[in-house]
Amino acid sequence: MAGLKLTYDIPSADDDFTRAGEASGSVKKKLRQIGYNPDAIRKVSIAMYEGEINVAIHAGGGEAEVEISSDAVTIKLIDHGPGIADVDKAMQEGWSTAPEAVRSLGFGAGMGLPNMKKYTDSMEIETEVGKGTTITMVVKA
Amino acid sequence: MTVNELANQLHLKPLAGIGGDQNEVLTCYAGDLLSWVMGRAKEGSVWLTVMGNINAVAVATLADCACIVLTENAPLDEDARQRAEMQNVPIYSTDLNAFEMSVKVAELL
Repeated sequence: MAGLKLTYDIPSADDDFTRAGEASGSVKKKLRQIGYNPDAIRKVSIAMYEGEINVAIHAGGGEAEVEISSDAVTIKLIDHGPGIADVDKAMQEGWSTAPEAVRSLGFGAGMGLPNMKKYTDSMEIETEVGKGTTITMVVKA
Repeated sequence: MTVNELANQLHLKPLAGIGGDQNEVLTCYAGDLLSWVMGRAKEGSVWLTVMGNINAVAVATLADCACIVLTENAPLDEDARQRAEMQNVPIYSTDLNAFEMSVKVAELL
């Protein structure tokens, strides 16, 4: 399978939170169309949705680049938000800085980053406070 | 068992997404924190929750839940209803709470 590259804008939760999940939904659909391994599709869907929500809630939006090959799906989430001050803490289950407004929608369980790690084969976080965060996740086929 | 069969036997009230009611029910999960559910609910789950918003529909779709059952008559938002229709995510309502509903689902599985 030749590599396929998809890019998406992720809107800020402040502007349009109803669109959060569209990018991951679209990737899921695409993977189904090309007959990708169902286990890998589920992992990609969960990890990318969590990432998308994080970018929407914490970073005022950003973008997603997804590369699909026969071996793996690589998801890169790029934002120019506040950065993650303490990555170790952010990786702990249950630790959250989500604002009250999104908590009332059922977010803020502090499971976003842990879920992303759990459902991917590798995850790299590059972050700088005040500049933004880029997360690269790979799910093997 | 399909979602449709489960819904009929438990007298669930259909609210949206009935196009997906042939989804197979494999298990059941109860929870309201979306990321928690997303990371732990197994494929084919009947998801019991009080979260009737559009994000819950996204979680159900991405985590391959068989259907959503809104317990204790929790309301379904209009934009969530529309999204569920579009994506064939079956959503039902019950006046039972999550514990009572879990027991009933368990009896059928």
